[in-house]
Amino acid sequence: MVPVILGLSFILFSIMELTPGDPARAMLGEYAPQEEVEQLREQMGLNDPFFVRYWRYVWNALHGDFGVSYRTNIPTVTEIKNRFPATLKIAFFAVLIAVILGIPVGIISAVKQYSAIDISSMVSALLFTSIPPFWLGLLMILLFSVKLHILPAVGSETWKHFIMPAIAMAAAQMATLVRMTRSTMLEVIRQDYIRTAKAKGAAPARVIFIHSLQNALLPVVTAVGISFSNLLGGALIIENVFGISGLGTLMVESVTGKDSPMLISSVLFAALVGGFVNLGVDLLYTFIDPRVKSQYLKRGAK
Amino acid sequence: MTTKLLEIKNLYVEYVTDDARVFAVNGVDLDINEGETLGLVGETGAGKTTTALSILKLLPERVGRVTRGSISLEGKDLTRYTEADMRNIRGEIISMIFQDPMTSLNPVLTVGYQIAEVLKIHKDEKENRQVDERVDEILKLVGIPPERKHDYPHQFSGGMKQRIVIAIALACEPKLLLADEPTTALDVTIQAQVLSMMNELKRKLRTAMILITHDLGVVAETCDRVAIMYAGEVIEAGTVEQIFDPEAPHHPYTVGLFGAIPDLTKKTRRLNPIDGLMPDPTHLPEGCRFHTRCPRCMEICRTQRPALREENGHRLYCHLFAGGER
Repeated sequence: MVPVILGLSFILFSIMELTPGDPARAMLGEYAPQEEVEQLREQMGLNDPFFVRYWRYVWNALHGDFGVSYRTNIPTVTEIKNRFPATLKIAFFAVLIAVILGIPVGIISAVKQYSAIDISSMVSALLFTSIPPFWLGLLMILLFSVKLHILPAVGSETWKHFIMPAIAMAAAQMATLVRMTRSTMLEVIRQDYIRTAKAKGAAPARVIFIHSLQNALLPVVTAVGISFSNLLGGALIIENVFGISGLGTLMVESVTGKDSPMLISSVLFAALVGGFVNLGVDLLYTFIDPRVKSQYLKRGAK
Repeated sequence: MTTKLLEIKNLYVEYVTDDARVFAVNGVDLDINEGETLGLVGETGAGKTTTALSILKLLPERVGRVTRGSISLEGKDLTRYTEADMRNIRGEIISMIFQDPMTSLNPVLTVGYQIAEVLKIHKDEKENRQVDERVDEILKLVGIPPERKHDYPHQFSGGMKQRIVIAIALACEPKLLLADEPTTALDVTIQAQVLSMMNELKRKLRTAMILITHDLGVVAETCDRVAIMYAGEVIEAGTVEQIFDPEAPHHPYTVGLFGAIPDLTKKTRRLNPIDGLMPDPTHLPEGCRFHTRCPRCMEICRTQRPALREENGHRLYCHLFAGGER
């Protein structure tokens, strides 16, 4: 994880360096005199060589100082702390909806393969993976806010504000989960140990929930983890559509404002969160599959 | 005379897929008495496993189905049983050991749980403590230390896994055990161990067994009676003595099977396989199914089905012996 963060910070730093635009100019405004801009550049250390500045950034970061936003003068860490909860809430609800609906539907369509339920759920899954989330979001705003006046269109003040964005984000994730659960379940159902379970006289519910589900869960959990960390990294478009000030909007604002400390910090933060989610998923594996667990134990014993 | 435990009459099984109809079992007659071991011998694809699966009604869903015939357990026709009725039969009265022990145990459940499960399904009046005791007992019976019941299948070797599979199959002391090539996936020394263990357990528990194999050596060691299958038909059946008697009349396929076993006392440079392959089960040949590969094929074999010739329970379907003479 450390090399990933270090590499990422270097790439981000380089990109911000190479793209046109002057942060000092952006801060002072278009009509500020050239001398003032130069003075500010000197003050901010922008005239130092690239590697000196990168080293300074890393050194400060190691001491817990991730810089101050060029635009607002608020420490980037504080800014992220303010913005992240909104993103976390949406991502959490989106994943929750996707899991609660996606996995059971996937199981049902696997068990009743080629039935009407299976076909209709597969068709709608295909539909939802193809629909861009922002479009779905806009349609929902039109229906629920503009026409029916049930839900607020923008903002992130009450729980009502989170319903639509969470659903808009969940739709695509849910569709992939349905397809994934279905295909792994179908694979597991064909295994020999399922036949053994049936030969024991186990009832269908027992065969599905005790013998099949746990075996089918591994790839599904991976998929959930990936989609969760993606959503946490900020759903830029969805947050913009619904006017939620989360991590995604923060990143977009930073890019347009040439606010490199803010951008670097927020992307690094997203990477860190992704890393932790993946770690959590890996730990979860050991509870699902005893084979993975004994692999880790063996390595530890050496 | 002991009573018939299981009687299969004129059984036909088909597999229907999108592009073909496979005639897997075509008019099989089999019966087995209490405590008896019947060997079911034949090449891969002869319909042995399909026959066993149709007894338990575990044919692949939507694809395999019994089209004709009856399977009766102690006089009751299993083909008319519903799924719920069959669940009470499976594991309790008839249980099955599958071919590959590597894949027939669930990798995420402890072996103890997998053994206890079959007990819990069928003996629901039993207390948990009793189930635990029974699991220990049955593990000891198959020669595995009971303290290993908390381990997962991947922590066992192939031979031990097969012992666990056998333990699951025998946990409820079934009347009939269907053993589908129980030793094929194991190496020779373990094979011998597992077979002698199965023989011993069978005697102890007085379980009847249908042993599916293609190993005639295994048949000679363990079986009372033998049925030889070819292309979904029983072509010859009798006691082990009758089938292994070189003087008695035999189906050319049986002769071929025995001929394929290398003889240590003779100097031979090559093995003697039966020429050709099993006929395509989607387009079975006319007349005798074996005529395309038969070294003693006659004109009549190509057009007419051979009739049954029975002598002291030794059943034989071949035109060569139709008139009674050899």
